[in-house]
Parts: sequence; C-alpha cells; structure tokens
Amino acid sequence: MPTMNMLQAINNALDIAMGEDDKVLCFGEDVGSFGGVFRATSHLQEKYGRARCFNTPLVEQGIIGFANGLAAQGSVPVAEIQFADYIFPAFDQIVNETAKFRYRSGDLFNVGGLTIRAPYGGGIAGGHYHSQSPEAYFTHTPGLKIVVPRDPYQAKGLLLAAIRDPDPVIFFEPKRLYRAAVGEVPEEDYQLPIGEAEVTKEGTDVTLVGWGAQMEVIERAVELAEKDGISCEVIDLRSLLPWDQDSVAESVFKTGRLVITHEAPRTGGFAGEIAAAIQERCFLYLESPIARVTGLDTPFPLTLEKEYLPDHLKIVEAIRASVNF
Amino acid sequence: MTTTADIHEPTFLAGDEFSIPTFRLLKQDGTLHEGATAPELEHDKALAIYRAMVATRVLDERMLAAQRQGRLSFYMQCTGEEAAVVGATAALDDADMIMAQYREQGALVYRGFTFDEFMNQLFGNELDYGKGRQMPIHYGSRKLHYMTISSPLGTQIPQATGYAYGQKLAGDGQCTTVFFGEGAASEGDFHAALNMAAVHEVPVIFFCRNNGYAISTPSIEQFAADGVAPRAFGYRMHVIRVDGNDILAVYSATREARRIAVEHNKPVLIEAMSYRLAAHSSSDDPSGYRSKKEEEAWREKDPILRMQRWLIDLGWWSEEEEKALQESLRREVLETMKRAEKRPPPPLDSLVSDVYADVTPELQRQLDALKTHIRQYPEAYPKGARSLDPDVKARDDASDAEAQGGE
Repeated sequence: MPTMNMLQAINNALDIAMGEDDKVLCFGEDVGSFGGVFRATSHLQEKYGRARCFNTPLVEQGIIGFANGLAAQGSVPVAEIQFADYIFPAFDQIVNETAKFRYRSGDLFNVGGLTIRAPYGGGIAGGHYHSQSPEAYFTHTPGLKIVVPRDPYQAKGLLLAAIRDPDPVIFFEPKRLYRAAVGEVPEEDYQLPIGEAEVTKEGTDVTLVGWGAQMEVIERAVELAEKDGISCEVIDLRSLLPWDQDSVAESVFKTGRLVITHEAPRTGGFAGEIAAAIQERCFLYLESPIARVTGLDTPFPLTLEKEYLPDHLKIVEAIRASVNF
Repeated sequence: MTTTADIHEPTFLAGDEFSIPTFRLLKQDGTLHEGATAPELEHDKALAIYRAMVATRVLDERMLAAQRQGRLSFYMQCTGEEAAVVGATAALDDADMIMAQYREQGALVYRGFTFDEFMNQLFGNELDYGKGRQMPIHYGSRKLHYMTISSPLGTQIPQATGYAYGQKLAGDGQCTTVFFGEGAASEGDFHAALNMAAVHEVPVIFFCRNNGYAISTPSIEQFAADGVAPRAFGYRMHVIRVDGNDILAVYSATREARRIAVEHNKPVLIEAMSYRLAAHSSSDDPSGYRSKKEEEAWREKDPILRMQRWLIDLGWWSEEEEKALQESLRREVLETMKRAEKRPPPPLDSLVSDVYADVTPELQRQLDALKTHIRQYPEAYPKGARSLDPDVKARDDASDAEAQGGE
C-alpha cells in the first residue's frame, strides 16, 4: 500500500473525485496552477483544466457565495478557504445560505454538493490568524456537516465521503499534520462514514474524546497514563456535526469517566456540548466529573503558544484527576 | 440618486471609456521626464526619505537572512515597494493615522520607529508592544500613529473610513491613509470602505499597492478591469494612478491627495504601480509561479536606485555616504537583533491580560490552573516557567528598570 502524507492523501482524493465526475470543481485563492499555498491542489489544473480548477480573486465571501450558486445549479464545488482563520468574511454565506438552502426552499433547491476545505489549528507559530479552531461557530448551525480527519487515511476517505455527501460539509484539515502525518493510504477509491466516531483504542478506566490534530496529542497522553496502569479508551469523533453520541455514551457506560479535548477556547467550545449530552445519557454511570482540556479563553497567542495549548501533559493530568476523583 | 440624460436605443458602456494614465516624474536614470517638475522637497526631507528607504531595504535583507538561519519564525519584505510606502508617508502629516496591511514597515522607519522597536516585535520579547502575541511584522505604534497590523486582508480598509470620519468630526485637520494590496482590494471590505467614504465625505486616502501578485495569483487573475483605479468612478471619488517606483511622483500625488482629503473632506484612491521583488513571505517561493526574467526586468526599475541617482545628480548624496550608511545600518540591525533575541519572553500573565479591559474571574481561574500545572512541569514550559521563578523574576524586574520602556 502506498505511503502518503495528509496533503498527498487530500490531493489524491480530489483527483479521484474530479476524475470520476466532471461536475466536481476545485477553486480558491492560489488553488490553480500553483496548487494552493499548502499544495493540496497540485497538478489538478494541469490534469482537469482551468475551467475546473482555478484561482479566484481574493474574496472569501465571494468564493463561498459563488460555490453556493454553483452547488444550487447542480455542480459539485470543493471550495478552499486558505486558512480557517479567514473563513469569517464568508460567515454569512455559510450560516445563512449554505446551511439553510434546502430548508428554506422546502427542498426545491439545495447546495448539498458543496464541500468547504479549510486548514485549521495551531502549533505552527502562526499567532492569532493562522492557528484558530473555529469549529464551534459552525457546529451551532443546523444544516452543516463538520468533518475533521486525524491522519492521511482518514483524510482521503472522509473527504471523498464529504464531496459525495448529499449535504454541505465543512472539512477542517489539521494543517500541523499536513506533512507531519504520514501513513498507508490505499490508491483506490474508498469512503469513510460521516457521522460515525471511531474507537481507536479500547480501554476500561477512562474515555478520551477528540478529533483532528488533537488525536495525536491524546495518544501521547495515553502512553503516559498507561504507564500509571490506567486503561484508556480513545475515540476519534471524526464528525462534529452530526456527532456520534451513541459511541461516546456506550464507552462512558463502560468506563464511567470522560475527558474531552480541543484546541479551541473552553467557553462555548464543542466539548461543552459533548459533556452536556453525555451527562444526560450517562448520569448514573459517571464516576467523576466530565473533564475538558482545551485552549484558554483568549485569542490564540504566539510566544506563549506552548503554554496555551492543551498538550499531552495537561491531558494526562486530567486523566489522573478523573481516575483519582 | 442618478442624474443622467435619456437615450432611446439600448447603448451599452463597457468601461473601456475610462483610461487612467500613470503619473510619472522621475526616470530610472534619475533625471526628470520631459515636462515634469519635481515637487518641492527640501534637502533634509529628501535625505530622510532616502535613508528610510535604504534602512527598510537593509532591515528586510538582514531579517530574511535571520529567518533563514532559524533565528526568526517568519518575515515579510517590502523590497521593491519602498518608494510607494515611504513616499506616501512622507507626504502626510506625522500625526495622520496610518493603517497598513503588513508590508509597510517603511512607513514606520520613516516616522522613527527604532530598530530596537522592530526587533522587540519580531522576536516577541517582553518589550514588544504587542506582548508577543502576534507573528513577526505585526507592528503597531500609538505614538507614531500606526495602527497595529492585523493579518486578515482588507479588514483595515473600512476601519480607516471610520477612523477618518472621527477625525473629521474632531476637526483637528488630520486624515487617515490606508494601505492595501491589489489582491486585498477584491475583499468585500474594500468596496464597503470606498462607498461609505464617498457617501459620508470622509478624509481618507486609499493607497493601493498594486505589486502584481497576491501570493501566487497574478493581478490578471485578480480583476478583469484596468487595475483597481477605475473602481473610484463607481463611488464618485478622486483617483490617481502613479508609478509606485517613482519617489517624486508618489510623494507629489499623495501630498495633493492629502490636500483634497483634509481641505474638502473627500476620499481619494491612489493606485501605485509597483512589483513585489521578494517572495510574498518567508514561507513562499515565487519560482513556482513567476519567471526570473520577469523579476530581473523589475529589478532594473529599483525605486531606491532611481532616487539615489536623482540625489547624486543634485549633489545631495555620494557613493561614500552610501557606503557609510549601508555599513552603519547593517551594524545597527545586527546589534539590535542580538539585544532583542536575548530579552526574555513576555510574562505568563500576559496570556490572559487585554482579552478584556479587566481579567474576568473565569480567566483568572484558568490562569491559576495553568500556573499550578506549569509548576508541576516547569521544564516542559520554559517560557511560562520563567516568570514563575522568583529569582528570575527579581532579576528581570531589576533589568526592566534600566531597559527602554513601552509606549
């Protein structure tokens, strides 16, 4: 099986989708002949022509408005927002248009073909505007699906599923792992299910839930915790909207403890939603308070980025606190 | 309101009726174009402009090299656009507001931001006015009337309209100049800003640096029109296109724009035609999207060399002075860089200050929990642990007393 990094896996998924269906288009800032600032769309213009893979003017609200129109017409746009931090000029188009197209028209029209790709997350010395994890703004918007892959294999399978999904999907890519995450990825077409979490490690004492780049951090924390003899069950949520409550609840019925982690600030972060839903379903099974290990309630810093981030040491301390409660 | 004549045939206009000329005074050999008159520019001011352009170039060269050596995480150069930025700044009143995009360090150099101040921001140390929170090159200076840079493109353009409207109401005779690239001019914020400025009669100068590229995207893929300048007509606004590598033309055009803005409360759009000789940033490699030949052609139009020739012809500058300036600037960059690198990071408490005017109880709890955690693992967080170590803190406090202060 070939080995790919996450960018190659994403590029490969886009290539397969464009090769299979003439209606699939890729566009965004610097996406054309240059192949995007991270090179996720390399060679796609060469292969599929300038009409299907192209640079847009520098206007995010335009990119997503254009993509909404294209999707309504029946095309399958894959629009790139260069950094998730720059998605906000398109907020109106996404929240008021993309998310409500089908509902407000009584299903006369929909933009289900739309996929929005955006690199997110910190750990790259990017400061406020190249580090944010804005998923929670969008998880508060019914009508959107939100998907976040953790590695190259997941990225390819989930992106192909997102492109073919009948609903619009925001696909947040953990840019810290673009080149750092390397793994086996089948050359052929495959899809991974949207809306289903994956138990990546089974255990009995505590459940850890995360997504995207945070999965790697959880893995390091779990190594430390297991040295203390704590058996950890790890769940990659993969989709935040809709999210797989059943898998998380089932795990917490078994372990009685839950630690949730994300890079985004704590207040209003998606961990809060998970904690609320799980305590509703698992209240009598909980052995300790559900813990959140998150970024601080501040803008994303630069010099003190390490101090801000929910790293493996903060997670392992939360695991210990949960088990010793 | 529209006031036009009636027609009775469907006659369309394509916009090609507008042809915007380029204002030029200085030729590349340092002599004036035929029929051109140099603006009034006294000896000292001309040399201040020139020195600021050279200082910007030297700073950029050295700091990119420092980035390549791994001493700095990121850098962005102004190279090739020094005349546009410094020339425009020199034409303003020093108390006029400048809202820059991110490539306008020349404006700060001209206004007297010291190399120490640049370095403190670049290294995000404890003396950085921005408290180490933003990436390198995100400078700001209240005393020099230079708004702190924000990375998202175009956001500063409508803010400039609002700031300048406030200046108009204050009646202190100041205006705001906002810089942005031709790529950022595609953002919705640009259009909102120009329209509001015209409607509300605002003393703001929109200074577009058309440098040919938005990262890899050439301007021909950015707009189908003849540059950015024709958009001014749509908003009923004064506009001029200027050779951005011609220091005299930029200075002259901006001085006149400022007069229109301040005396008549009318916004002005300036489109300065130039070229980004360097990469977009230290993270970019232009060989993937443009030719060396194209770059060379623009290197021939170097704005600094052009001004230098003009100054030498006037007898205001010499090869020896050039050499001495270059050497002293290089030395100063290296000295200030070494100083800034050695200074400690901002204190841990700066993580939670300035989110609001006062630290909220919840943020205080988060900070306290973080401190407890860092005390447990001090070696994992050397920067944060530093300010929790009482000995280090006492030493820092003592050295702070003698160090340069903030603004």
